[in-house]
Amino acid sequence: MRKPLLDIQDLTVEFATRHGTVTAVQRVDLQLHKGETLGIVGESGSGKSVTSYALLRILDRAGRIASGSIVFGGVDIGGATERTMGEMRGRELSMIFQNPRAALNPIRAVGRQIEDVMIQHGLATRGNARAKAIQTLEAVKIRDAEQRYHAYPFELSGGMCQRIVIAIALACRPQLLVADEPTTGLDVTTQKAVMDLIVELAAERQMATLLITHDLGLAASYCDRIVVMEKGKIVESATTEQLFARPRHPYTQRLMRATPRLDAQVSDLLPLDDSRRVIPSQRPAGPPLLEVEQLVKTFGKRDSADAVRAVDSLSFTVHEGESLGLVGESGCGKSTTSAMVMRLLDPTSGSLRFAGTDLATIPAKAFARHPLRSQLQMVFQDPTDSLNPRWSARRSIADPLMRLGKLSRQDRYRRVEELAERVGLPGELLDRFPHQLSGGQKARVGIARAIALNPRLLILDEPTAALDVSVQAVVLNLLVKLREELNMSYLFISHDLNVVRLLCDRVMVMQAGQIVEEGPTARLLSEPAHPYTRSLLEAIPHPPAMPATLPPPLKESA
Amino acid sequence: MTHLARSRLVGWRLLQAIPVIVGIIIVSFLLTRALPGDPAAYFAGPAADAASIEQIRVSMGLDRPLPVQFVAYVQDLVRGDLGISISTGQPVMHELTTRLPASLELTGVALLFSIAIAMPLGILAATRPNSWVDHLCRAVVTAGVSLPTFFTGLALIYVFYYLLGWSPSPMGRLDFLHLSPPKVTGFYVIDALLARDLETARAALAQLLLPAITLGLFTLAPIARMTRAAMLQILEGEFIRTARAAGLPRRQVLFTYALRNAILPVITTLGMVFSFALGANVLVEKVFSWPGIGSYAVEALVVSDYAAVQGFVLTMALLFVTLNLIIDVIYTLVDPRLGLEE
Amino acid sequence: MTTLTADGASPLAGVRRFLRHLLYVMTDNPMTAFAFMLFLLIVGAALVGPWLVPYDPLATNAGSTLQPPSWQHWFGTDQLGRDVFSRVVVATRLDLMIAVSAVAIAFVIGSTLGAIAGFYGGWAERITGRCMDTIMAFPLFVLAMGIVAAAGNTVENIIYATAIINLPFYARMARTEVAVRRNAGFVQAARLSGNADWRILAFQIFPNSLPPMMVQISLNMGWAILNAAGLSFIGLGVIPPTPEWGIMVAEGANYIISGHWWLALFPGLALMLAVFTFNLLGDGLRDLVDPQRRT
Repeated sequence: MRKPLLDIQDLTVEFATRHGTVTAVQRVDLQLHKGETLGIVGESGSGKSVTSYALLRILDRAGRIASGSIVFGGVDIGGATERTMGEMRGRELSMIFQNPRAALNPIRAVGRQIEDVMIQHGLATRGNARAKAIQTLEAVKIRDAEQRYHAYPFELSGGMCQRIVIAIALACRPQLLVADEPTTGLDVTTQKAVMDLIVELAAERQMATLLITHDLGLAASYCDRIVVMEKGKIVESATTEQLFARPRHPYTQRLMRATPRLDAQVSDLLPLDDSRRVIPSQRPAGPPLLEVEQLVKTFGKRDSADAVRAVDSLSFTVHEGESLGLVGESGCGKSTTSAMVMRLLDPTSGSLRFAGTDLATIPAKAFARHPLRSQLQMVFQDPTDSLNPRWSARRSIADPLMRLGKLSRQDRYRRVEELAERVGLPGELLDRFPHQLSGGQKARVGIARAIALNPRLLILDEPTAALDVSVQAVVLNLLVKLREELNMSYLFISHDLNVVRLLCDRVMVMQAGQIVEEGPTARLLSEPAHPYTRSLLEAIPHPPAMPATLPPPLKESA
Repeated sequence: MTHLARSRLVGWRLLQAIPVIVGIIIVSFLLTRALPGDPAAYFAGPAADAASIEQIRVSMGLDRPLPVQFVAYVQDLVRGDLGISISTGQPVMHELTTRLPASLELTGVALLFSIAIAMPLGILAATRPNSWVDHLCRAVVTAGVSLPTFFTGLALIYVFYYLLGWSPSPMGRLDFLHLSPPKVTGFYVIDALLARDLETARAALAQLLLPAITLGLFTLAPIARMTRAAMLQILEGEFIRTARAAGLPRRQVLFTYALRNAILPVITTLGMVFSFALGANVLVEKVFSWPGIGSYAVEALVVSDYAAVQGFVLTMALLFVTLNLIIDVIYTLVDPRLGLEE
Repeated sequence: MTTLTADGASPLAGVRRFLRHLLYVMTDNPMTAFAFMLFLLIVGAALVGPWLVPYDPLATNAGSTLQPPSWQHWFGTDQLGRDVFSRVVVATRLDLMIAVSAVAIAFVIGSTLGAIAGFYGGWAERITGRCMDTIMAFPLFVLAMGIVAAAGNTVENIIYATAIINLPFYARMARTEVAVRRNAGFVQAARLSGNADWRILAFQIFPNSLPPMMVQISLNMGWAILNAAGLSFIGLGVIPPTPEWGIMVAEGANYIISGHWWLALFPGLALMLAVFTFNLLGDGLRDLVDPQRRT
């Protein structure tokens, strides 16, 4: 067998913290060959990013390589001098990061940032740097490269920024590219464009790629081999085909199961023996509950040139007991729509009939004490941001009951306990503060608060976007269970068609403030009529279907 | 951004200073007219009798309604008339303009001194958090803001003049052995150098040293603290990680990437630093008998010389606004992101 | 627990949790513990100092003027034979009283104005912003001089002047802290729960904005003490022979060049120590009120 380009043996990385030493990466072995694409997949805290930082020796001050060896192209990275590393970074091995806008110097023209790297590594001189930087910009398919050379990061879109970061990383034609969640936070269509670009450049240059991601679907679409990491350790390593055909480790199986895919129902996301799985029943849709007609929201001065129509003549209906999905990419107006329906924002024009009453005529300020307030509730996107950091979970859940409920103290206490039980939040966690709870637990607190007043319509604004997939699986099942038990209607807002599909009877696709397509979920996904829907569907990376029978899992400790 | 847009932005900044200046003029007017007591008695001074108070009242127009007085006040200001100082009998405007260079020289040298020490200290501390430099920086910063300037000044005089004898007598800008250099800029050190009088320049510098250090020590703290905080924050930024991952050398990462970003919040703090420096300037001038506008105001306060105090407050405020305006314009020119949101 | 309160743990448990956290902060950072002890010492001197000192701070003694520090007079005597130690200790109350009142006034008015400006925006924000800009357009100490000079040379006016020049700090800080939370998820959630605007501002946003303002209070206390002392150093506000640190340093200044250092040194040191204490305490306070670090 030929010698690998990158050979990591027995790597252990430790961090010194206030509470002593923490091992972030434990005895990791990895090999990567020229031209190969390897995926490292894991949830938050799995040590996948730390591994890549160790590989470039750009760990935080508190972190250090405790043991093991990293050999890249014959050079021992663990023992190399800082000078050697400086020469290797950018020239031999490069890295791109998530959040591309923050990854660029905000006050230096992007062209200059590319030049800096090329001059440093001797690939350009002050005289020809500019021409070479523009060539590099063209290589990452940036149009009007000459003009873009002078642009600052704040003037560019997220996808464009990521292309610049790629241009910086690949300017000196390195042999290895490490991509750390390169598309997290980007829209799916942008994600596809960026990933395709990386793959194309890697193939063209015979470059090895290390893709670090939490998304099994993304890894499946772009990687030759995948290693799965959990709690700092590699639990499984196989070719992509093998891994999906025969996942051996129980964690891999759980992760694979929890990742939404084409053939799955919401209950399929959890193992068969999990008591939290819920099989949705077929329910006939009732009479209309919410009727939205010709809803418009304009920002900026009306009739002026810079007025923006964020939401443009939107009409839709949510029936009693129905789940309606609203899908669109960032900036399409879906959050503005939800804020108007929730009566947190006043529409410019249009009507919102809820249970027979037109809510659009009631100003958002006055709606706080309106009798219908309790029937319209919402679960927010970021569970951390949506909880008051100075309140215990109990206080947060009790708040709507104190303001709008008419319960005695004792009744309220019992009601909070009952709600906690309903959403699967252990009672002893009720006296904790948000920073003492995990992401999934905070999401449960948010859900418990939203259902405290028995609402008829619940808006779910990307309720699982900030969660790991295994937690997402549990929360999605919980949401299905609550809908059936409490007979609520859902308006589910998301950028992720795969997730929306699991929960919704009907889906609307929104683009630039307008609904471009609407229909029953199954029909819309199988036969999309609008080109935008089609491009959205094509851009989503789909993990292969689960094998019908799983091999017997290895012992969890293996 | 185009040059046109940028110069329009600078113009906009300059326009924004107008309401501030209007505010200053109103406040300085109100300070003497709308407060309890008889303003005429204030301006006449403690030794005046009823007749001279009445005379002042009429001559200053204090018997007329407030808006009329205000208009007259603004007209006087436009003509550069700040009234007559009762203690010296001179026009306040004249006294302030002759004394202003002394204050500017002292404050300027003090700020240069404190920036020259504080910025490197802050950068060093930020690049080595929790090292001895960092601890030194923190100690200097905390001690620096805790020291009353008048007390530091006295301590320095006691050690360097009384005990060691290294420093000349803390009395003014030049000792009696030297004549003041021919006036060009009003700054003694520069004027003496221009006149090629090295001996006088040295003597003027020697007089300047202790008060400038006293004042500089006080402004050291905010600059060092801000530099350290801004550098630390920037160095943790993701684009620094990108620059390192691209193999840029440490020097370039530190200076071209980190420092240029960190300098922006430091420039903003300079406004606050000027405010501190101009205020503390009054105390330092009194301690070192420095013949600037600060000590003039203190002397005027003692004898309740109102026109002088009012003129002093107004001058200081206009000086401060000018300095802030310069900072704003620099900031506008340095930061490419500005102006997009407006 | 037999008496169940629906919405939080019992008050007793809350106090216990606070004390436990206080202990944790103290042991975690010895500088904070040190600052806290100094703080107690200063407060103690302000409360009971006048009854503990060995001499009457106003009693002159022509027989023993300008005595250097000795066992009889720990900090020596001044030009009128008054005991410097007694004067320094007794002065604590006045200096502290000026600073506490000024900061309290500035905090209450400033943070209220700032919170309203930050929450409602629009005209409320523009008007407060303009007023604060006007105050900030003056070098602050100079403005304080002008105010005291115009309003009259009294201790109350020193307090008002110091409060006015501290106002913008609280107003601006409250405005930013409130504005960043105005559209936070938990604020929107509170609206959905049926909270009126004023209730959201008072019970949700404002308490969350407190930690950085507590730090500001502590730092401002130090600064207020310096300001008040500076004003009396140039002869404003406090009238001799009242013992006050600034005026004592001013009187002692005349004797520095003749080598009688103790007149100015000890009140100066006391002043420095007080300011230093409040500055150190600022960082400790942040840990105390910041729930993120309460584990």
